[in-house]
Amino acid sequence: MDWYQLWQIISAPDNVPIVGLLVIVPFYTWYGLRQARANDRLIQELEANPELAKTHHRKTFPYRPGWPTEVHVWPYLLRIEFLAAIIVTALLMVWSLTLDAPLEEPANPNLTPNPSKAPWYFVGLQEMLVYFDPWFAGVVLPTLIIIGLMAFPYVDANPLGNGYYTWRQRTVAIGSFLIGFYLWIALIIVGTLMRGPGWMLFWPGQTWDHTRLVYEVNRNLPDIFGITSDWGKGIFGFFAVVLFYLAAGFGIHKLVTRSPLNRKIYERTSLLQYLVFQFFAITILVGLPAKILLRLLFRIKYVWITPWFNI
Amino acid sequence: MDREKEGRGGVGVLERVREETEHLRMRLKEEFEGLKQDLKEPQRTQLWRSIFRVPHERTTPRNRTLAVLANVFLHLHPARINRDAVRYSYTWGMGGISFYLFIVLTFTGVLLMFYYHPTKVQAFRDILYLEHDVPFGRLLRNMHRWAAHLMVITVWLHMFRVVLTGSYKRPREFNWCVGVILLVLTLLLSFTGYLLPDDQLGFWAVTVGTNMARATPLIGHEGPFGPQLGMTPYNDVRFALLGGSIVDSNALLRAYIWHCIALPLLAAIFMGVHFWRVRKDGGISGPAPVMLESEMKPVRKV
Repeated sequence: MDWYQLWQIISAPDNVPIVGLLVIVPFYTWYGLRQARANDRLIQELEANPELAKTHHRKTFPYRPGWPTEVHVWPYLLRIEFLAAIIVTALLMVWSLTLDAPLEEPANPNLTPNPSKAPWYFVGLQEMLVYFDPWFAGVVLPTLIIIGLMAFPYVDANPLGNGYYTWRQRTVAIGSFLIGFYLWIALIIVGTLMRGPGWMLFWPGQTWDHTRLVYEVNRNLPDIFGITSDWGKGIFGFFAVVLFYLAAGFGIHKLVTRSPLNRKIYERTSLLQYLVFQFFAITILVGLPAKILLRLLFRIKYVWITPWFNI
Repeated sequence: MDREKEGRGGVGVLERVREETEHLRMRLKEEFEGLKQDLKEPQRTQLWRSIFRVPHERTTPRNRTLAVLANVFLHLHPARINRDAVRYSYTWGMGGISFYLFIVLTFTGVLLMFYYHPTKVQAFRDILYLEHDVPFGRLLRNMHRWAAHLMVITVWLHMFRVVLTGSYKRPREFNWCVGVILLVLTLLLSFTGYLLPDDQLGFWAVTVGTNMARATPLIGHEGPFGPQLGMTPYNDVRFALLGGSIVDSNALLRAYIWHCIALPLLAAIFMGVHFWRVRKDGGISGPAPVMLESEMKPVRKV
C-alpha cells in the first residue's frame, strides 16, 4: 500500500469535496430513507386501519387537535435561516483559514501534466471517455442527462408521495434517481482516486507507475462474430443496439410492473410518458453500466461501427 | 422722560434676557429629555419609522406578519408556514444554503475583481499578488473557491432531497426544470472560474473540458457529421467557446466575462423565477400529510 500517494490524492485541496461526498452522500441517503421508513410504517398502519386514517393527522411528527398548523416566519423560520448563514460562514472561514486554494505553475501549453484531469464535478464525464467516444461521453451524454432530469417530473405519473419522504410508494422513481446519482458520484470517485498516468486504472494505494504498459487489446463486437465488411459492421451494430434496447426495455418493464402498486402507476402512465422514461432508463441507467461492464470484462471497445460514428 | 424710558428700558432688557434664558433653559431641558427618550426607544423616532415602516416592538401576530411582508429582503417568504416545514429533517436547508453561498460568492467575487486583470500577462501575477500582498487576499480567494465547491455539493443535495420528497410533482414540475437549469449554471460558473488563475491546473482542466466540444455532433470538427458540414478547428463550436483554436488570451477573456457577468446574471434571473415559483406553487411542498394507496383517485381524462 502506497499510503503516501493515497494521502497526497485525498488531501489535495481540490479533492476535499470528493472526500466530503464520500461521507455526506451516504449520510443524507440514510437521513432521508430513515424518514421514508417511518412514513412507510405510518402508511401501512393507516392502510390497515381506515377508521384511524379518517382522524389521524398523517404525519410522524407529534400533533394534537387545537395546536396551530402554521407558525410565523418571523421569528420561527428566519432565526433558522440566520443561524444557517452564520454556521455556513463560520465553516467557510475555518475551511479557508486552514486550507489554501491550489495554485500551480503558470499555464504552460507545452507541458502536459499526466494525468490531466477536469474539475472534480466533471471528472465523471472524463471517466466516461474510457468507455465512449468524446462526442457521446462529452456532449450527447451530458445533454441527455440534463434533458432526462428535466423530463423526470413529467414522466412520473405517480400521484403518491408528493411532499413527504417515502420509499414504498415510489420505488421506481426514487430507485432510478438513486442509480443515476450514485453512478455519477461513483464515476467521479473512480476518476479521482483510481486513475493515474495515461488514465490507467490504479487501485487506491497502488503506486502510480509512469512506465506501466497495459497489454490489453480492445476488440470490437463485430470482430468477435467475424464480421469484416463496413456494411456488415454497420448493420450488425445497428441490430445489436436495437436488440439491447429491446432486451433492456423488456427487463425494465418487468421490473417496474412487478408490484401491484407499480402496476397501478403503470396504468396511469401514458404511452409517451412511458417511452420517454424507458429511453432514458435504458440509455443512461442500463446502457452506461452495460458498456462499462462490456469493456472491463470482455475488452470490447465498440459495439456499433459506422464510417461517421462509433458506439 | 428720556431717562425714565432708558431706565425702564434697561430693566426691561435685563428682565427680558432673564426670561428668555429661563425659557431657553426649559426648552433645552425638554429637548434633552426628548433625546434621552429617543435613545431609550429609537423605534419611536422619525428616522427609525422612515426606515422600518412597521412597528417591531410589540410582537403581535399582525406585526410579525408585516415584519416579513413589508421588508424587501424578506418578502419572498410567506407570512406563515406549515409548522413542520421549519424542521431541518425535511428540507436539509440545502436550497437556502445554496442561495446564501451564491451571495457569498458574489461578494467575494466582486472583491476579487478589484485585483484581477483577465490578460495572459497579468492574470497569474494578480493571483500571486493577491496571495502574498493584498491584505486578507489569500483568505478572500480561499473563501471564493471553497464556497464554489460547497455550492456544487449543496445544489446536488438540494436536488436529491427534492426527489426523495417527491417535491417535483404537480404543480412544481416547471420549477424543477428551472432548478435543473440552475444546476447547469452552477457547474458552468464553477468551470469558467477554474481557468481564471491561468495556472497549470485551470489551463489543463479547461483544455480537457473544451476538447470535448471538438467532438460535438454536427457543429464540432471531430464530431459525427461535423467535417461533412464543413467544420474545421477555426469555425466550430470549440472555436466559439475559446475565441480561438487554443486556450489562450481570448479564452481567458471569454471565461472572465461569462464567469463575472453573463452567467451570474442568468443565474440571478433564474433564481428569481425559482423562488417566485416556490411561492406561487403553494410554498414549500411539505411535510405534507401522507396519502394512502387506497385513496388514489382514478386517472383524470383530459
